[in-house]
Amino acid sequence: MEQRPEHTVRSYSEELRRLREMIARMGGLAERQVADATNALVRRDADLATEVVGRDAEIDALEQDIESFCIRLLALRQPVGQDLRLVIAALKISHGIERIGDYARNAAKRAIVVAQQPALGSLNGFLRMALLVQQNLKGAIDALVHHDAARADEVWAADQPVDEVYNGIFREMLTFMMEDPRNITAATHLLFIAKNLERIGDHATNIAETVHYAVRGENLAGERPKADVSASAVVRPQS
Amino acid sequence: MSGTALPSEASAIAPQGFGGMQARSSEALNATPRIAMRNLDFYYGDNRALKAIDLDLPERQVTGMIGPSGCGKSTLLRVLNRMYSLYPGQRATGEVMMDGRNIIAPDIDLNELRARVGMVFQKPTPFPMTIHENIAFGVRLHERLSKPDMEERVEWALTRAAIWGEVKDRLHSSALGLSGGQQQRLCIARSIAVRPEVILFDEPTSALDPISTLKIEELIDELKRDFTIAIVTHNMQQAARCADQVAFFYLGELIEVAPAAQLFTAPRHLKTQEYITGRFG
Repeated sequence: MEQRPEHTVRSYSEELRRLREMIARMGGLAERQVADATNALVRRDADLATEVVGRDAEIDALEQDIESFCIRLLALRQPVGQDLRLVIAALKISHGIERIGDYARNAAKRAIVVAQQPALGSLNGFLRMALLVQQNLKGAIDALVHHDAARADEVWAADQPVDEVYNGIFREMLTFMMEDPRNITAATHLLFIAKNLERIGDHATNIAETVHYAVRGENLAGERPKADVSASAVVRPQS
Repeated sequence: MSGTALPSEASAIAPQGFGGMQARSSEALNATPRIAMRNLDFYYGDNRALKAIDLDLPERQVTGMIGPSGCGKSTLLRVLNRMYSLYPGQRATGEVMMDGRNIIAPDIDLNELRARVGMVFQKPTPFPMTIHENIAFGVRLHERLSKPDMEERVEWALTRAAIWGEVKDRLHSSALGLSGGQQQRLCIARSIAVRPEVILFDEPTSALDPISTLKIEELIDELKRDFTIAIVTHNMQQAARCADQVAFFYLGELIEVAPAAQLFTAPRHLKTQEYITGRFG
């Protein structure tokens, strides 16, 4: 699906390729942050969590680099058509990935606190959620790099399982808190971590939308499928 | 129209109201056409330089024409004021409708047509006369004006062409003493002095410096309040800056016509995309 032919000006082609690479690198870093933050949580590994917190600066720096590079391209190349859409998409996507990095860092910070609290059941739901959002993030970034709108559309439509796992975790945590108030500290942090992962999933679908526009030159039509019902979920205390 | 449609983008645009490939440009811009070309062919001898062109010049809008050398865009301008009629062996077929008349029909009065459809060329072409005479000369061909009326017309044309302030104290010195940018604005004044309906610009700024270029572009923006404008340009940024709709030509065919913002962000045809992004050839 790589776009052909190349630019008449080879250095311009090179610059656009470099932009895609920067986005790919930033996306890869964010995927790793999400994976490590979740692993740190599940393994109660405060050292790994601390590493994740420290590495967020790399993502922030990459966002800065991408932004400056895009401004340079706009000023010097005056891109139009697909090139203009790519540059604009890169600006938006790098901002989205930066937000994803912040959520991963916040999840890691909370994982450090959770590790000091009594364990609350299995955290497999978190692993599952992290895996889903990583796949979506990877899919969205790959779609941009390979100019593949179909791949972006798949990601855009694939957020529902994330929401479903999130709803499950939400209910589970409410139940833990109702069972024993001593669970409240850990369960609250876990709820926030789940929310972070859910937001990361939303950013991945936003990125997919942006990629769709970059490739096709039109916006994705219609409402994205959503299944987050936690805003209205109620768990009754067991008598 | 022909050319390879971008598979993804063609389907994307159709439902959004820009119409399919058959849509008239003036529909997209929501304006009535001042000139409507239908199935227009043009021949230099046996060489078919324009192929079945369907294009509207919407009233009081700027139509930019882009495309590589030899694509037919300048030829199209030459058809619109029948310049080709000066040359044997050159002929046009089809329709170029203006106020219900086909202006490529043999019975059209060419002097009258050229008063209604003015033209500004790539290189400034002032006559070797005074600034005043450059303007008055053309007017006299079409109208008999009293001296005060002529003075008024000269001032009006020079004012509309944004050069009055620079020349009002030297109206009776030679036009050849003006700078390139001033000469080009003088030529624009000369075109509008006969009060045409349509003005054709053929690469009007390619011989000018960037500031003079911007002045001409600003002037075009100003003139479109009263005139229908077509501009041929090799400078795509110029088409993007000046034009309401842009037409892309390739090998004598009109590949795509669309509102400028549409054409420069999400063109429908692969050839257009390759050309505007510099992936051509």
